[in-house]
Amino acid sequence: MEFDEPVRRRLVRAVAEAVIAHAEELTALDQAVGDGDHGLNMKRGFEAVLADLDKIAVQPLPKALHALGMTLVMKVGGASGPLFGTLFMQFGKSLPDHPTKADAIAAFAAAIDAVKARGKSDIGAKTMLDVLVPLLAAANAGQADLPAAADAAAEATAPMKALRGRASFLGERSIGHVDPGARSCAIIVRAVCGALATP
Amino acid sequence: MTANVGIVIVSHSPDVARGASDMVRQMVGDEVPLAWCGGNPDGGLGTDVADIMAAIDRAWSEAGVAILVDLGGAETNSEMAIELLDEARRGRVVVCNAPVVEGAVVAATEASGGSTLEQVCATARELSP
Repeated sequence: MEFDEPVRRRLVRAVAEAVIAHAEELTALDQAVGDGDHGLNMKRGFEAVLADLDKIAVQPLPKALHALGMTLVMKVGGASGPLFGTLFMQFGKSLPDHPTKADAIAAFAAAIDAVKARGKSDIGAKTMLDVLVPLLAAANAGQADLPAAADAAAEATAPMKALRGRASFLGERSIGHVDPGARSCAIIVRAVCGALATP
Repeated sequence: MTANVGIVIVSHSPDVARGASDMVRQMVGDEVPLAWCGGNPDGGLGTDVADIMAAIDRAWSEAGVAILVDLGGAETNSEMAIELLDEARRGRVVVCNAPVVEGAVVAATEASGGSTLEQVCATARELSP
């Protein structure tokens, strides 16, 4: 598909509005296992993205994604800033201007590797990677309902013990709660797929 | 005289960062370039990449800058800030894995004796369990 300016604008707006709409839910999840600021931080970051929407959407898709990521880096105020920022920045850096589906999957894989490096983490640590990595596998397998795959992966973080981030301080007590960063990823995936499906 | 390594203190709390910086000053006076920052872009608890970059600039030394951080987000945001520096500076700033208050005082004391960036960080890291 062609990622012209109206599509880029729709995508960026959909992602930002979805995260902002779920801010309270994300904060509640983070209050259970962390410092309780994930929802507020992500909301601050994506409000800044909405404020910059014109500047972001006017650029070709790779640069638009990079600009979105940089806004998150500068505005979120917690570790999620560099982590989600790196995801979007590297996705943009790895994407050609007119990506095929294969290009998008390859760029997504590169973005996941960058998040692993930034967070010094991998799957199984109860983080956003526990949604991103299964999602990449689902995309590679040609699974049609990617939002459902992302939701299921986020839910699957509940029985995990946190090994990274503030939640790791809780040890065994982190078990039984969905990871807020994983949930954020699922929210973003659903928003992206929704925006791409809308004509 | 060769420039001493600079020290940057990054905490989620501006009060902690300011207090740690006061303790460093008491120990080394003005012999070491020193800057601190704390708080998210709205002024709440957290850290801010732009603030960290500005603090690195204030504490800049040709001998390099050691950053002491408190918790995860401070470390991740500091690493991000380093990557966003000019190429000439990027390789001369490191995050030291050490307790923020004790690490800053020990690192600054080491720096005040003219030690290299590697020595300053190694001394601070010895405090880590």
